[in-house]
Amino acid sequence: MESSAYLLTFIVVATLATFLTRLLPFVLLYRWAEHPLLKHLGRYLPPVLMVLLLMYALKDALVTGERLLPSLVALAVVAVLHLMWRNPLVSILSGTGLYMFLTQTGLLL
Amino acid sequence: MMTTDTSTSALKLSLPVLFGYIPLGAAFGVMFSDLGYHWIYATLMGLVIYAGAGQFLAVGLLANHAGLLEVFVATLLLNARHMVYGLSLLSTLKLQGPRRWYLIFALTDETYSLLTMLQVKCEELRSRLQFQVAALNHAYWVIGCTLGAWLGGHIDYSTAGIEFTLPALFLVLTLEQYRAVRRPQVFALAVAIGVLALVISPDNMLMLSIALAVSLLIMARGGVEWNRLRIF
Repeated sequence: MESSAYLLTFIVVATLATFLTRLLPFVLLYRWAEHPLLKHLGRYLPPVLMVLLLMYALKDALVTGERLLPSLVALAVVAVLHLMWRNPLVSILSGTGLYMFLTQTGLLL
Repeated sequence: MMTTDTSTSALKLSLPVLFGYIPLGAAFGVMFSDLGYHWIYATLMGLVIYAGAGQFLAVGLLANHAGLLEVFVATLLLNARHMVYGLSLLSTLKLQGPRRWYLIFALTDETYSLLTMLQVKCEELRSRLQFQVAALNHAYWVIGCTLGAWLGGHIDYSTAGIEFTLPALFLVLTLEQYRAVRRPQVFALAVAIGVLALVISPDNMLMLSIALAVSLLIMARGGVEWNRLRIF
């Protein structure tokens, strides 16, 4: 078994660094929460970040082309179902089921 | 009565994250178990660090016996995107006291994304829902990390691909954002920034694209507002 003292110190350091990144805006910018510029960012950052997180989640497929087709087909199904019924769970679980089926059976690879 | 109502909604909202966090947490646990540490440390890391990419990075750093300063700096840089999440939540996060600190601590990509979707007008209900969603996601992650470290390499591959719930969730949230912000140019800009970042550096795609997006949004608003901040 590896040394647990090093591991525990490591965990403390990584915890502090992670928490700090989440805490800083609340501590530094709290006074300006109602400032027009921050309201502007608060309005437009979420849509932009959602697109970027989506692309990031698909990064490997986009860069290598591996499983790109099943990903795109499954996402198209998610979008259509969501536009039809607007039930997030139904759209997400159907798309995921289809993706698992396509990748595990090797169809569309 | 109200508590049960929000618990059910919180559970429903967080369900896609459940299907994403268990396999991803387990992937971390499996990698971590190769290092030879007791599984309880995987649980501990999920509990207190609670960062997907951050914990994967940690496995690499632990394997190399990295220096603590390196650990601090690398983790800080990798998670720098979290600052932007806080920035955009400043005016909607009305929770106070310990639950506020907890929510800030628990602000992962997925929790942030779900919080942006909560359009509850009543402040009290919204706060309760925010807290419950954050706590549920955290629980899923800890369970995933623990399971992975327990099971080691004996994971059943019939569940391969289940983590696709995360891109699917982000797509649904993008569509929901489009309902709220009907400006196609914002979405087109985001795609362009994402593609640019992927071309420049796939490894740093997320951080690079978020930095670009924040800069562009600030520039779009103009220098006047910026000066009124009086930070400098």
